[in-house]
Amino acid sequence: MNITVNVNGTAHRADVEPRLLLVDFIRGNLGLTGTHVGCDTTSCGVCTILVDGTPIKSCTVLAVQANGRSITTVEGLKQGGALSPIQAAFKEHHGLQCGFCTPAMMLVGTALIAENPDPSEDEVRWAISGNLCRCTGYINIVKSIKAAAATTREGANA
Amino acid sequence: MYPARFDYVAPETLEEALSLLAERGSEMRILAGGQSLLPMMKTRLAQPDTLVDINRIPGLGGITRANGQILVGALARHNDVIRSDAAKGNHTVASAAPWIADPIVRNLGTMAGSLAHHDPEGDWASVALATGAELTLTSSTGSRTVPATEFLVDMFTTSIRPDEMVTEVRIPAHSSNGGGNYQKLERKVGDYATVGVATSLELGADGKIAGAGIALTSVYPHNLKATEAEAAMVGQSPSPELFAEAGRLAAEACDPAGDTRGSSEYKRHVVDVFTQRGLAESLVIAQGGGS
Repeated sequence: MNITVNVNGTAHRADVEPRLLLVDFIRGNLGLTGTHVGCDTTSCGVCTILVDGTPIKSCTVLAVQANGRSITTVEGLKQGGALSPIQAAFKEHHGLQCGFCTPAMMLVGTALIAENPDPSEDEVRWAISGNLCRCTGYINIVKSIKAAAATTREGANA
Repeated sequence: MYPARFDYVAPETLEEALSLLAERGSEMRILAGGQSLLPMMKTRLAQPDTLVDINRIPGLGGITRANGQILVGALARHNDVIRSDAAKGNHTVASAAPWIADPIVRNLGTMAGSLAHHDPEGDWASVALATGAELTLTSSTGSRTVPATEFLVDMFTTSIRPDEMVTEVRIPAHSSNGGGNYQKLERKVGDYATVGVATSLELGADGKIAGAGIALTSVYPHNLKATEAEAAMVGQSPSPELFAEAGRLAAEACDPAGDTRGSSEYKRHVVDVFTQRGLAESLVIAQGGGS
């Protein structure tokens, strides 16, 4: 089936089998390997991407379902060659160790901040509760997302 | 893991989808959120010949209130239910919604799909049984409304015909003297319930219980309506003793399997405690002490 998917601002056309999973389209067809595969069972959340701004787990969506949609992966976060507020905050606050869950955490954080510019710690923890991290204990991830929210608010007020 | 091969169609109107189902619905599965269906296809427990993706059909995602009912469209996502003002009209629904799956799965998964899938460990089926919900089933020849008690036949089995799809879930709104609650024990966010208990109460003008709903998740081969516990409460004045009796009857009705989430005895005990706790929470709302 022929599909056209906008990924990080670029339209990609492809002829795919209906059973191709969206995560494999992104990694295999497009070579964007920042989106990871962990459990492959909708549990761990490392395959999370944004479809039309909404976080979804791309191991449990078909590539054909994304036909005509706009996708953001971690590769699309950078802003004009510079780190986005959330990327800068993860760097600054040591929001990662091994990095396996990090792309998904940053995308979920980005979507959260877009909807709620000043999330409480509880709201951040709630938002990332579908994403597993086995290194950090989440403390610095929460700190990073809160810091990114603050930077984004300052940017909006500047 | 990969699903077996299948054909995929994405109709853009309801009529088109229904005519596909009329032709060969028994070989098809409807793809709404896909958060239960696709995992089953990946493990090849489900191998439909054709997937009918209804996500391109406009007008199926609404949550509205009409004639004392909350109408939840086939494409309303769990997170839409959480955000909806209309859905707050049923306290059991509002209480259960944040406990469904995890926040990301809730962006895609749907209430109607969850009921149509009828995983015996799903939360919405218990909510539907406790609240007296109905489902609107639509085919190319018309629509019919079926109570959840008749729709939910057995695990992964419903009374839907191959040419029909669930177009709407209709849940009675609570009156100002009504309340509801969902208690769920889970090992981690996104896990199946170890035990879930849905409760719903309506009080009469005399303060006595005019209507009671109790349904249990994950403690029986399918979602279980605790009818004896419900019947024991109707016409009675609410009290901790009455709720203790309801808890005892609900625990007696269930038949939990012991597994990694807990022993049978443990789960039965949790049913007892959760039933009492859920009824107490429901009563607080019904008496105007909560929201």
